[in-house]
Amino acid sequence: MDWRQLWEICSAPDNVPIVGMVPLLIFYIYLAFKQAHANDQLIAQLETDPAMAKTHHRKTWPFKQGWQKEVHVWPFLLRIEFLAAIIVTIVLMVWSITLNAPLEEPANPNLTMNPAKAPWYFLGLQEMLVYFDPWIAGVVMPTMIIIGLMVIPYIDTNPLGSGYYTWKQRRFSISTFLFGFVILWVSMILIGTFIRGPGWQWFWPGQTWDHNRLIYEVNRDLPDIFGITSNLGKGVFGAFVVGGYYLIGGFVVYSMFRRFMAKDFKRMSLLQFSITQFLLLTMVALPLKMGIRLLWHIKYVWITPWFNI
Amino acid sequence: MADENNGKNGKVGLVDRVKDDIQAMKVDIPAKAKEQIEGLKDPTKTQVYTSIFRHKHDDTPRNRALGVLSNVFLHLHPAKINRDAVRYSYTWGMGGITFLLFIILTYTGVLLMFYYHPTKVQAFRDVLYLEHDVPFGKILRNMHRWAAHLMVIAVELHMFRVFLTGSYKKPREFNWNIGVLLLVFTLLLSFTGYLLPDDQLGFWAVTVGTNMARATPLLGHEGPFGHQLGMTPYNDVRFGLLGGSIVDANALLRSYIWHCIGIPIVASVLMIVHFWRVRKDGGISGPAQVMLPEEADKPRRGPKAAGE
Repeated sequence: MDWRQLWEICSAPDNVPIVGMVPLLIFYIYLAFKQAHANDQLIAQLETDPAMAKTHHRKTWPFKQGWQKEVHVWPFLLRIEFLAAIIVTIVLMVWSITLNAPLEEPANPNLTMNPAKAPWYFLGLQEMLVYFDPWIAGVVMPTMIIIGLMVIPYIDTNPLGSGYYTWKQRRFSISTFLFGFVILWVSMILIGTFIRGPGWQWFWPGQTWDHNRLIYEVNRDLPDIFGITSNLGKGVFGAFVVGGYYLIGGFVVYSMFRRFMAKDFKRMSLLQFSITQFLLLTMVALPLKMGIRLLWHIKYVWITPWFNI
Repeated sequence: MADENNGKNGKVGLVDRVKDDIQAMKVDIPAKAKEQIEGLKDPTKTQVYTSIFRHKHDDTPRNRALGVLSNVFLHLHPAKINRDAVRYSYTWGMGGITFLLFIILTYTGVLLMFYYHPTKVQAFRDVLYLEHDVPFGKILRNMHRWAAHLMVIAVELHMFRVFLTGSYKKPREFNWNIGVLLLVFTLLLSFTGYLLPDDQLGFWAVTVGTNMARATPLLGHEGPFGHQLGMTPYNDVRFGLLGGSIVDANALLRSYIWHCIGIPIVASVLMIVHFWRVRKDGGISGPAQVMLPEEADKPRRGPKAAGE
């Protein structure tokens, strides 16, 4: 256990925000699910008691007859905003006094940093470079993430859970988002920050960064395993595998939606549903590709003269 | 001077006029001074005050509302708000904190610009100068850096909250899209700023980042079909980003201009739209009344049914 190495990584000035982000994220997930749980209990109660559903104010916050439903922004909101502004400013001040922004040697194109890391918020994408070619990890993936986020309001046809925390009414959308945000985005950042060392190799926390470490790893391509040698064969085979993944996967998504989310499925148009299918499968393809790489050392699935996947 | 002794002729002499004026002044000025002091006892009645503040400050509901509505900065807010919407546990305040950080970043950023030249010769020295010689230069740079990191975290948490409360649902779909664009611009702002100290950290981070652009499908010289479309290191999308085939002087200048002028302007415009739409889409999304599953497909009873 190399504590010094661990401390060097954790105390690197640009890594401090990530060290801080983790407890912050855990706290807010807790806060959200605490409220979701309370709301779900209220919903269950109102469902069993229609008379109560008609008269109840339908929030978990206390409310009594005769109370104002609205309050003045001045002072009730503005004082909170003012307080928040002061607290954030103080935190920022203390942080800036106690910790200096990093400054390395002057830029030198002849002296490569090892590891050369992107800013922390892009480390998830850099981590993807291990498993995908740059055109997927660096260009297609980010584009898909942005487009995927933007279409969310148009493919989520569930009218429930608008304006309050809930889990039971939105199990699928919340777990999908948590998967994408926490598992894929944040944990990839954590891996990129705390695990990846020189040569972008895997070093467990506390393991010394060995700049001369070599890993003997022979990666194969999927067509090789099936004994396909001709370029045409590889191209056709890959197209079948990738196409098959989307076809069979699409069918699985359909049967899951039909069975477990019949109401949502009924509300969806064909376009909404097929976009959902495609984005969902593409997101799941990410950990799948990582899995086959880590378990069976498979590098490419689809090989063509122009691109490899 | 010749008129001085002409009083005998029945005309009022200058001396008398002056005496008369002095007599009058002894009465007028103290009276005005008294009036002035009386007036200053209640400054809210002065013309200067009433020209700035258009309404009284007595604690009445009307004045509380006007305090928000007649103020250009506060009128982003409605006069009144859902009593539970002020609870911290619902919004986490992350949108507001993001905006505050943007303001802090603009402020510290403008100050930093006074000491910084975006040239290969001077950039790194300017940072050293800031760190060691400029009064409060070090804390200025630190604040800019940490506020930037904090802003990325705050933006992501804001998006997380908006998702978990379903606040992107009808009628706020469009504003969610503006928000996604603002997230992207926040990341780009942070990324373009990374190169500016011109140190090893920024240089290699930007090298790694922009190397991905080589592989852009169709538009990068190493990307799928890029070669077939005639892409070379000297005409592809990466060349356009860097203003050259390597991260050098042009890349520094480009990232400076994107960082200080280009992206802030675009992001500000989007922020205006974002805040405007928050209000136009019915204000903050909740905490709304919970909806029961059997009510999901029924038409709403009216705008108030949504959660007022």
